[in-house]
Amino acid sequence: MTNEEMAQLGASIEQMTEIAKSFGLDFYPMRYEVCPADIIYTFGAYGMPTRFHHWSFGKQFHRMKLDYDLGMSRIYELVINSNPCYAFLLDGNTLLQNKTVCAHVLGHCDFFKNNATFRYTSRDMVERMAASAERIYHYELQYGRGRVEQLLDAGLALSEHIDASTDGRNARKVVKQQQFLQRRGDNQVVFTSNPHARTPYDDLWELDGKPPADDVKKPIVKPRAAQKDVMLFIIENSPALEEWERDILSILREEMLYFWPQLETKIMNEGWATYWHLRIMREMDLTDDEAIEFAKMHSGVVLPSRMSINPYHIGLAIWEDIERRWNEPTVDEIDKFGRQPGQGREKIFEVREMENDVSFLRNYLTKELIEKLDLYLYQKVGNDWRVVETDWEKVRDTIVASRVNGGIPVLYVEDGDYNRNGELYIKHEYEGVELDLRHLERTLPYLHRVWGRQVHLQTVVEGRDVIFSYDGKKTQRRFVKE
Amino acid sequence: MIEFTLEREDWSLHRKGQQDQERHREKVREAIRENLADLVSDESLIMSDGKQIVKVPIRSLEEYRIRYNFQKGRHAGTGSGNTQVGDVVARGRPDQDGAPGPGQGEGAGEQPGVDYTEAEVTLDEIQAVLFRELELPDLADKEAADMTVETVDFRDVRKKGLSTNIDKKRTLLQAIRRAGRPHEKRVSITPEDLRYKTWEDITKPDSNAVILAMMDLSGSMGLFEKYCARTFFFWMTRFLRTKYANVQIRYIAHHTEAHEVDEEHFFNKGESGGTICSSAYEYALTMIRNEYPPERYNIYPIHFSDGDNLTSDNEKCVKLVTELCAMSRMFGYAEVNQYSRASTLMSAYGKFELPQFRKYVIREKSEVYGALRHFFSQSSGGVRSA
Repeated sequence: MTNEEMAQLGASIEQMTEIAKSFGLDFYPMRYEVCPADIIYTFGAYGMPTRFHHWSFGKQFHRMKLDYDLGMSRIYELVINSNPCYAFLLDGNTLLQNKTVCAHVLGHCDFFKNNATFRYTSRDMVERMAASAERIYHYELQYGRGRVEQLLDAGLALSEHIDASTDGRNARKVVKQQQFLQRRGDNQVVFTSNPHARTPYDDLWELDGKPPADDVKKPIVKPRAAQKDVMLFIIENSPALEEWERDILSILREEMLYFWPQLETKIMNEGWATYWHLRIMREMDLTDDEAIEFAKMHSGVVLPSRMSINPYHIGLAIWEDIERRWNEPTVDEIDKFGRQPGQGREKIFEVREMENDVSFLRNYLTKELIEKLDLYLYQKVGNDWRVVETDWEKVRDTIVASRVNGGIPVLYVEDGDYNRNGELYIKHEYEGVELDLRHLERTLPYLHRVWGRQVHLQTVVEGRDVIFSYDGKKTQRRFVKE
Repeated sequence: MIEFTLEREDWSLHRKGQQDQERHREKVREAIRENLADLVSDESLIMSDGKQIVKVPIRSLEEYRIRYNFQKGRHAGTGSGNTQVGDVVARGRPDQDGAPGPGQGEGAGEQPGVDYTEAEVTLDEIQAVLFRELELPDLADKEAADMTVETVDFRDVRKKGLSTNIDKKRTLLQAIRRAGRPHEKRVSITPEDLRYKTWEDITKPDSNAVILAMMDLSGSMGLFEKYCARTFFFWMTRFLRTKYANVQIRYIAHHTEAHEVDEEHFFNKGESGGTICSSAYEYALTMIRNEYPPERYNIYPIHFSDGDNLTSDNEKCVKLVTELCAMSRMFGYAEVNQYSRASTLMSAYGKFELPQFRKYVIREKSEVYGALRHFFSQSSGGVRSA
């Protein structure tokens, strides 16, 4: 982008900001940064400019950059959920592309600010991640790069298994309070059900000076109920972790809690931003050439895919469908629900506030829409992938199911003292789709790394309950006897 | 509150992605080291012209997660209208289903369910790892050296030089020293402070060496046997050319008779007929007598065979090998013996206790690497038994 183009872009942004506000979009102050491709791809790979170092991000960066260099794919922008909201624009984009991107980003920022799923995300994550990265760097200096890297390998492999629900987010606070009470000696009230927590002689040990260090001989507990937050359970209860290791895992958990709402609202969020870049760009004065360039860019973004769901495409279609149905309700809808015509805009703003992908798809991906978009289910038949289902309810339910828990298998910690030997027992909540066993067998050693004792994971293979166990040397699988 | 800002900063010092990419490459290299035995016998490497980038299967770089099995689930897709049940969305890719690719032969499909992440590495990268462990054993200084090893040594500091070679410590010291003078307010680096490291070329005389590569090309040497032998010599040749400036390699092919061949013939042509190994040894001895006096050369004869020698010839072989050993720094005998049958030649050589004699049995492709390490290492501790 030339300096002249930068000036033009600035003027356009001012205009677009006004247009967006007049539409009722409500966003944080915006910080647009124009940067070269390798910077955009770095941020894309790390998820955040200030995140810590790890080779897997380097690998991701290399892959994305390679695709870009070969012209296979490109990302136009990167937007960060923060206040103020940072948006990184690609220097190599044309002026019109960057204008569209700015309009798109306003949609995202409005969504970040107003969608319920994002209610508890930290808006100062840029700074927090910088501080965490600094801390991890110091651990590298203190404990060695190899050890920190190994722990990050394990932590990143497990970091998706958290509980981002409101209760889950608060769980950490509750535990902290309990620990505080425990240190003060008020533990009887809190830990009556747990005989391991304290012995009658602890006060004698404490006379020696300092209380027993946290990292040696953690009391091994059973979760009171099956606990979804595997990371938290490990952080709080693993007998094998040192304090700095707990800190690093806590960092990973905190970062995942921050990213989680984005996993849960991918289709809504991209659809919403696409909906608004269309509306905003229509209000702009475009020359004929620009109009054509915009149309080409937009149709590239919403290009349907035979092998997957393009969130921009499906998302936009649903948003427009909701608006239409509330603008022009059928006679039936007026009679049944008392729906008045012309409430489309109001309705979509309500939906953007209340729903996440699962409820959005379940409530608004209608029969008509599925047929219009020609959505189907396919599966591997012999050597080929074939269409196996076009029935709208089954299509919808499968898409909804694929978005549950952000598309990540749900695990529960069942027991932290399995076999009365401090072993970790985790159960996969099987809902019809099997796990990738090769990955599973290779992830167990990571679990063992952070738990320090034998680990077990129960899942379903070919309709039978199977337990995978790893004892530090090899993985065993056995069927559960009925 | 400012509603928006639009900025373009200088990002040229931001190298985070590149740094971690480098760490990933290091890990690839580690993985290469672990898989060296497999890689050494990888056909795609041997067939390559040595320049191209090859895809090498690496097992350890995937990021493992608990995730769903994509192959088993149902997935949603978007059609272009009128999609019917039974329509094909995508054809299965042969490489995903373990169907053998061209030239894979018996190697394919050995390990069902294991697929590899492919990492791109250059032949140079593999060589760098492989050759670090190899060297010519017991190399002795011989007269009339014409081998040289050139290295550079940074041992001088000057005021002019290449900016990549700035000696930061000395430059800073200089700046601080100057800042100590009166009238200087703060430490700043001026052009006079700059100090550059600079180097000198070092030329060391090294020893002469010649490798006599002998290969059995008789009818009994099947595809597998020839493949192993050629893989070995391929790496040996590259290793010697990379690490030693002026080592000579002579190629001798034999069946019942031996003759010298050029490199191209040695690596590509097949022959047939019976096997009389002593012919090659005789040829080598003649060559040594005529061209490579042992007092001037380090001599390394290496012989590859399937061990299926004419029984009546064995006695002669033992005699000739003893003679060769006396003249050589190391004599290597490698036998490609896929089915571990009792070979006539190995049983004849089994009794040798000469320090120069080294033998190795290759039963499968991946043992080529072991043979390389066995032959090209300093006086090895134990000799691998047949």
